[in-house]
Amino acid sequence: MSWLNFAIFLPILYAVFIPFFYKKVPSVHTGWFVLPIPFVLFIYLTTSIPDIANGGWFMHTVSWIPSLGINFTTYLDGLSLILALLITGVGTLVIAYSIFYLSMKREALHNFYIYLLLFMGAMLGVVLSDNLMVLYLFWELTSVSSFLLIAFWYQRDKSRYGAQKSMLITVSGGISMLAGFIMLHSMTGSWSVRYIIEEVGSLSDSSLFIPAMLLILLGAFTKSAQFPFHIWLPDAMEAPTPVSAYLHSATMVKAGIYLVARFTPVFGGEATWFWIVSMIGLVTLFWGSFTAVRQTDLKALLAYSTISQLGMIMSMLGMGSAAYYFAPDSKAFEYSSMAILAALFHLINHSTFKGALFMVVGIVDHETGTRDIRRLGGLMTIMPITFTFAAIGSFAMAGLPPFNGFLSKEMFFSAVLTASDLGIFHMETVGLMFPIIAWVASVLTFVYCMILVFRTFTGNYNPEKLEKSAHEAPIGMLIPPGILVSFVVVIFFFPQTMADYILNPGVEAVLPIPIEDVNYYTQISAWHGWHAPELWMTVAVVILGSLLFVFLRSWQGVYSLFPRDWSFNTVYNAILVGSEKGSEKLTEKYMTGSLRHYLLYIFAFLILAVGTVIFATNGFVIDRSNDAPVNIYELILISIIAIAAVGIIFAKSRLTAIILNGVLGYMVAIFFVIFRAPDLALTQLVIETVSAALFLLCFFFLPEWKKENVTRKVKGFNLVISLGVGTIVTLVMLSIQGNRLFDSISSYFEDAYKLAGGKNIVNAILADFRAFDTMLEILVLAIAGLGVYTLIKLKSSEGNDKRESK
Amino acid sequence: MKVNDVILQTVSKIATFIILTFGVYLFLAGHHEPGGGFIGGLVLASALVLLYLAFDIQTVEKGIPINYRLMAGIGVLVSVCTGISSLFYGTNFLNMEFDYFNLPIFGETELTTVTIFEIGVSLAVIGTALTIILSISEDVD
Repeated sequence: MSWLNFAIFLPILYAVFIPFFYKKVPSVHTGWFVLPIPFVLFIYLTTSIPDIANGGWFMHTVSWIPSLGINFTTYLDGLSLILALLITGVGTLVIAYSIFYLSMKREALHNFYIYLLLFMGAMLGVVLSDNLMVLYLFWELTSVSSFLLIAFWYQRDKSRYGAQKSMLITVSGGISMLAGFIMLHSMTGSWSVRYIIEEVGSLSDSSLFIPAMLLILLGAFTKSAQFPFHIWLPDAMEAPTPVSAYLHSATMVKAGIYLVARFTPVFGGEATWFWIVSMIGLVTLFWGSFTAVRQTDLKALLAYSTISQLGMIMSMLGMGSAAYYFAPDSKAFEYSSMAILAALFHLINHSTFKGALFMVVGIVDHETGTRDIRRLGGLMTIMPITFTFAAIGSFAMAGLPPFNGFLSKEMFFSAVLTASDLGIFHMETVGLMFPIIAWVASVLTFVYCMILVFRTFTGNYNPEKLEKSAHEAPIGMLIPPGILVSFVVVIFFFPQTMADYILNPGVEAVLPIPIEDVNYYTQISAWHGWHAPELWMTVAVVILGSLLFVFLRSWQGVYSLFPRDWSFNTVYNAILVGSEKGSEKLTEKYMTGSLRHYLLYIFAFLILAVGTVIFATNGFVIDRSNDAPVNIYELILISIIAIAAVGIIFAKSRLTAIILNGVLGYMVAIFFVIFRAPDLALTQLVIETVSAALFLLCFFFLPEWKKENVTRKVKGFNLVISLGVGTIVTLVMLSIQGNRLFDSISSYFEDAYKLAGGKNIVNAILADFRAFDTMLEILVLAIAGLGVYTLIKLKSSEGNDKRESK
Repeated sequence: MKVNDVILQTVSKIATFIILTFGVYLFLAGHHEPGGGFIGGLVLASALVLLYLAFDIQTVEKGIPINYRLMAGIGVLVSVCTGISSLFYGTNFLNMEFDYFNLPIFGETELTTVTIFEIGVSLAVIGTALTIILSISEDVD
């Protein structure tokens, strides 16, 4: 196992020790013990930056199910590296922050950090796995662990609701993604992303190509909270703020972005892919920013802003995918690849400023007891450092210089402007909408950024509206957002270093050809000259945005034009309630509580299923050529069995029935003796004896033996079912001889002595060749035993209670 | 209701040991002759059941204080661990090894990891059978 594979499992393995730290060292915040893990991983990953920047990549395989082509293959290239660095880097800061945010005394810290480490490992698994099945496994693990994190304060109804919602939406997207992966597998015969990308030329003619694309996109869109699946993200804000900062800004929601970027080499250059990804992205961008302006809760505002920013990154990836359509030396190719660069650049920028903003909001919440902007205000003088961070983060998000958001926003404007003159996929008509939507959304983005800063930190300070008297946060809570905002500034001044070492390898992973082969410029610069349209777009954004912010009250009535019930949340809730009621009705129909009914269903299904198969496949063949001759002993035994079996039905007392049942069992044992299977005969004999003892134990207490009084109709029905089952089983037994689909494997076991050193073949099969069966069998046995024990103990204790209450 | 069961008690005092010996024999014979962990365990369990039938539960518990639920659990655990241990030698899960050794009294004997696996099976079988029988009989009163 290589270090890279181990890196994925390190957080998950380490999680085992968390309860130990929590219990044994209660005087130290458990977070301190967790902190080294992401930090060490981050340092380990940074060591591979130089190799990756030189065009290298790492791949390691640990075989898991090699016969199915499912192997635990890790693949580290520029794209994976960006995500992995974010996961570990932001992870370190978030854990540092959480040490001061979560109270040692009140919170179940061990649970929190176990979930967080589990999530971290899963997330690393998603971005580093090359095998589709393994990727899917980790993908769903992120859904599960984020469910646990969102529901961390599970005593609250809203936390549970939010957790369930995010789980339902992301998991259903994940399942459709799995279907897409399976389609890809059936087209290429491989689970490896690398291999599929190499085979891509022959893919696009397949009839499964478009369905696979749509299904995979569904997975990506649900995970990245794209319109209309964005509804889970605001509800997920019930999670503790460190979780929001980590999952909902820097990592989990970026998994969908990663997936789209990863599959751009497979699907890029297709009109469907281009249109869906860029349009959904733009719509999400617009809708997120539009809805964010109306929010009064700071965290909800950030949630919608995250949705909108994710939409922006998504749309840039969509526009960049056109690069696959053009020849590598054309101007259009250059512009398209710029869009991909911008997407990855903004991905990193967004993680820095949004992470910081979430932490800032957490500080405000922590120190004042509220996140409602109607109650906040005037915190600037009381919390100057927090205010500085908030301002830097918000201005970066609004796209103002000198912060990194400005650079990526300018590149986004270039992308939408060039996309509209690409002249492909009918862009000449609808393409005009791209810059318009992008610009309007940017204005709204500017407005909510200003709301975030100025409503919270300027104006009148109203201590009577706050639950606590505000003061500056402890230093430990300020350092993590401080580091993030310093990145915000540093990246603005040194974007080229960032581009050379981190971004270009990432773009190279998405583009069709290596970067050196293109006359390609990756100059990220803040200044494009006076005549650049991007600059004037930004200027207009600032002017209009400021006006809108100042006169917010006069136009906010727009929002009341939308009826409250007309939202995707209503649809989601209706589906939830509907499916619950529907399944309840259905379940009531067949779960009657009568054992007889259940047996009826089971037997009727057996008759129907097996009967149909036999009938449909002409499976009923009597082939007597292989039969051994029947001798007189066997005939006698069979007649005894038959008489005993029929006798049970007519038995007058329970004792007779038990004895007749015993006769049946012993006769079967004698059959085993005749057919030379002494092991089976022994087992059968002992089982019969033990079960007879069991009967003796409870015999005295069983209710009186009486014939059931049932109507003629029911009797007739029982007769039909029982005759049916008997007939079907007989038919199956008779046709087994005539339908040999495979060669007998018994010759393999003849080597038992050589292979397993056992002269007793039965035993060699049980313990050597099919030991897995045996192992699970005794497991089932033990569970059944415990089940009987629990049932009986539970019953008697309840009985005692009743007696006591009387 | 007091029943005179002197005959049963006297017989079972001797019979139990015969059955127990037989059970151990079956267990050890397993690899080459009819027998094995499952049957061996069942026979051992039936010997214990006989004891419980002849004497009452309290008396037997004083002599053989075993928690059969725990026993079943340990049995499963032993079997699973046997399977896992083969992973440390780089072979497949549940891979069994055997070899021949020259032991002082027995002469050349085959020793195999299957025996450890079978111990787990036997423990699980005995534990389960007696858990069920004891809990049902305890429920009666």
